[in-house]
Amino acid sequence: MQSLTNRSKVVERKEMTLAERLYLPAIVNGMVITIKHLFKKKTTISYPEVQREFSDIYRGHHVLKRDDDGAERCTACGLCAVSCPAEAITMVAAERKPGEEKLYREEKYASTYEINMLRCIFCGLCEEACPKEAIFLTDRIVPSNFERGGFVFGKDKLVEKVDLRIDVSKRQTKSVLEFKTHKQYSHNKLINK
Amino acid sequence: METPVLIFKCVLVVALFIVSLLVAMYSTYAERKVAAFLQDRLGPNRAGVFGLLQPLADGVKMFMKEEIIPNVSNKTLFILGPCLAMITALMAGVLIPWGGNLEIAGHVFALQITDLNIGILYIFGVTSLGVYGIMIGGWASNNKYSLFGAIRASAQMVSYEIAMGLAIIALIMTTGTMSLSEIAHQQGSGYANIVYQPLGFLIFLICVFAELNRAPFDMPESESELVGGYHTEYSSMKLGFYLFAEYINMFISSAVLVTFYLGGYNFPFQAELNSMLGLSTNAATLLGTGVFFLKIFFFIFFFMWVRWTLPRFRYDQLMKLGWQSLIPISILNVLITGLVMWFTGKIN
Amino acid sequence: MTQYAFYFLAFVSILCALMVVFSKNPIHSVLYLVLTFFSIAGQYLLLNAQFLAVVHIVVYSGAIMVLFLFVLMLLNLNTEAEPQKSTWLKFAAVISGGLLLITFVASLKGSENMALVQKNPEIGLTANLGKILFNEFALPFEISSILLLSAMVGAVMLSQKEKEAKQ
Repeated sequence: MQSLTNRSKVVERKEMTLAERLYLPAIVNGMVITIKHLFKKKTTISYPEVQREFSDIYRGHHVLKRDDDGAERCTACGLCAVSCPAEAITMVAAERKPGEEKLYREEKYASTYEINMLRCIFCGLCEEACPKEAIFLTDRIVPSNFERGGFVFGKDKLVEKVDLRIDVSKRQTKSVLEFKTHKQYSHNKLINK
Repeated sequence: METPVLIFKCVLVVALFIVSLLVAMYSTYAERKVAAFLQDRLGPNRAGVFGLLQPLADGVKMFMKEEIIPNVSNKTLFILGPCLAMITALMAGVLIPWGGNLEIAGHVFALQITDLNIGILYIFGVTSLGVYGIMIGGWASNNKYSLFGAIRASAQMVSYEIAMGLAIIALIMTTGTMSLSEIAHQQGSGYANIVYQPLGFLIFLICVFAELNRAPFDMPESESELVGGYHTEYSSMKLGFYLFAEYINMFISSAVLVTFYLGGYNFPFQAELNSMLGLSTNAATLLGTGVFFLKIFFFIFFFMWVRWTLPRFRYDQLMKLGWQSLIPISILNVLITGLVMWFTGKIN
Repeated sequence: MTQYAFYFLAFVSILCALMVVFSKNPIHSVLYLVLTFFSIAGQYLLLNAQFLAVVHIVVYSGAIMVLFLFVLMLLNLNTEAEPQKSTWLKFAAVISGGLLLITFVASLKGSENMALVQKNPEIGLTANLGKILFNEFALPFEISSILLLSAMVGAVMLSQKEKEAKQ
């Protein structure tokens, strides 16, 4: 059969010479190769002590941000849930009651907000869709769990603590903020309509 | 036997037992470490400094594991298997001369538990019995994989014993003795036996690999096809015994190999060195023992090095190598040895 | 000391030999036979025949019995597979076995005066044995090796024939 690419090589099966049939030179060759590896630099990273360098835009565990006064930024608009290609996000919206101004920034807030980490593909579209800069993906790793239910993260795991803010400045670069100003890129609008 | 000699021998027996177990313990650690290093990994490094307590942790784990004896197995033989493997592994160490003579309180002791004038034959006999532990364990498990492992082990060991024996015959021809202390002593004044028997050394080395069931001859437990081979059904310390027996065998075989072919506790220019440093007899003996252990450790490393280099043989290749290559070559070796000895006038 | 050792080994060897016959499981029989060989090797040692003792262990326990075990494991014999022998056959077996025993006892009856070992206690050592085998008994030794060779050639022939038939 004629080959299409001309890249195939015909394997020659010629009779082995005596030196080859003894296999000893080949064995010695192999041994030399392995002993060289004994002195090479090891590729293992001893994890908890040494951490692999993270990329600036690493997308891991989500965080729901608070504003400078400590009120939740999320208004339960649902854009993140709509933009999510894996349909990992669900939420229930609720109205802010008088006296809760310190807790929630606007009149509407998410009473429950759940991300199923087993469904999530960490694409970052939720972050892109969010008009309130409430959700961000951080360089934290999602911990393992023994049960499936343990991977559905509620607000207790997602909302940052007031006294323990999570830094997302790396992901809020100028170009990102610039991108967010262009409303036409927003997901709930069709371009050129 | 006089009382001091008896006490010394008893101490030596206990010491040998402890040293064998210690070396076997740390061989498991070394195996993992060597494997890791040859594959650009770090290996165990969590238990203690550099993972040095790993064997201890493994031992504790082995003891704590649930002991499972299959219902359908033959219980007596199931328990007998690992015991036999351990016993035969420990038996051969008795004859090895671990060093020269020690002088304590006016008595001269040889660093050897006993010296038989049929020493080589005894070691050969013990190795040939080593297969029983594997066979009985494998059969008593009442498991197809175990049985396959056992059958492969027995066929392999019986096949390679012949070539091994023929290699040893050539060695006996050049040394003219079967006592191990005599063989070790001879190499102190002349060259090591490997100079006279290079081919014999190679054959013996390959056969040792086969007798130890180590890669590339690890057919009996080839994990990719037989689950765990003969010890598939074993758990807890019985499994530990099998694994331990393998490492003790490795230690003793290295010692035998070094004694036979590489000068035992002797090393080049030892007389000059000892007189230069002005060492006493005892110090010289201990130095020799140290060198002996270094040689043994090199061979243990060598076994591991080969294991993590070469792929496993196919079963028919193994049998072909044993019967069609090694046995004719070793017969040729005996013949050549005889002819050379005849021409050089060593025999008439 | 030697005498006690002799009685102990004799007791073990006879007990194990009986167990070879009486145990139901063929694997157990083979293992008892191995023990019998060991105790007999011990007897050789008591007679100062070291070479014979070790070779006995190497050849019989280390090689032949391993092959026996090998075959038995492959056959996987059990009580259902055991053929039922008729009473007549058992009767005949007992008689022929008894006759064999009588023959042995009769032939060994006069042997207590021979005292062969006392004549030369060193005869069992490897060097002496080798000298005798290759000087005085060279011809019988070589003839027996030819006997083994013929058996080997026969085995090779048998396995070869099957191959040709396949082709």
